[in-house]
Amino acid sequence: MSIVSVEKDFDNLTLLLVADFDATIERVWQLWADPRQLERWWGPPTHPATVERHDLAIGGEVSYFMTGPDGERTHGWWRVTSVHPPRLLEFTDGFANADGTPNAATPTTAVQMQLGEHDGRTRMQLRFVYESREYMEQLERWGAFDVYPQSVGQMDALLTPTQEAR
Amino acid sequence: MVVGEPTDEALDELFHALADATRRDILRRSTGGELSVSRLAEAYPVSFAAVQKHVAVLERAGLITKERHGRERLVRTDPDAVGGARQVLDELETAWRGRVDRMADLLAGHGG
Repeated sequence: MSIVSVEKDFDNLTLLLVADFDATIERVWQLWADPRQLERWWGPPTHPATVERHDLAIGGEVSYFMTGPDGERTHGWWRVTSVHPPRLLEFTDGFANADGTPNAATPTTAVQMQLGEHDGRTRMQLRFVYESREYMEQLERWGAFDVYPQSVGQMDALLTPTQEAR
Repeated sequence: MVVGEPTDEALDELFHALADATRRDILRRSTGGELSVSRLAEAYPVSFAAVQKHVAVLERAGLITKERHGRERLVRTDPDAVGGARQVLDELETAWRGRVDRMADLLAGHGG
């Protein structure tokens, strides 16, 4: 079994997931960094993903859609907030409108993905934090979708574990 | 994001309401149904109007109700609705368990 642990913090809407893989760090990184490989695992078999844009640089964008059984498309986007190949990727994950622009009316998740060695295997640690719509609106007011790196400090603050976690 | 997630407005309201630390704190404080909005507002370093707005968001999402009690309106958390936070994270977990399984299949060379 790949999944080592799953922890959920309902107070802070945070999920931590740890998984180990029988592969090198570089090989696991490629699952994220190569859009053709990302397409093969992001959507479930009923909703395969098509990646349209894929730029893993700070401020870069990934956009994709998933096609359901009736041909309906669900669009999504990432905004990359931190990237250190092949060990760290941080991004905001959200829904998009049909034209690929972020849909501000739906919730977004801050995702942190870390890779490291563990007992001769590669350990992937994923951390998800739901963000408030106010936060997204603030980002937009700052023009963060054009100059996203300015807000990376804010993102780091969101990803810092809080004392009230139980 | 998570596939198969209801995208209706009710769930959007719920997500929105829960994804804020102050609002989650208001939910915790209001389980006994004894506090008015002005009493709640005393606990936060923000304006009364801001707390009133948070309460309105929670009410719209169905997470709290307001009950008239003499001259005051008391805020009470709806215990069933708060299960929504659990639902939101459970759906995220389910989606990512599937993704991790598919990643492992790809790495093993039989990812289709």
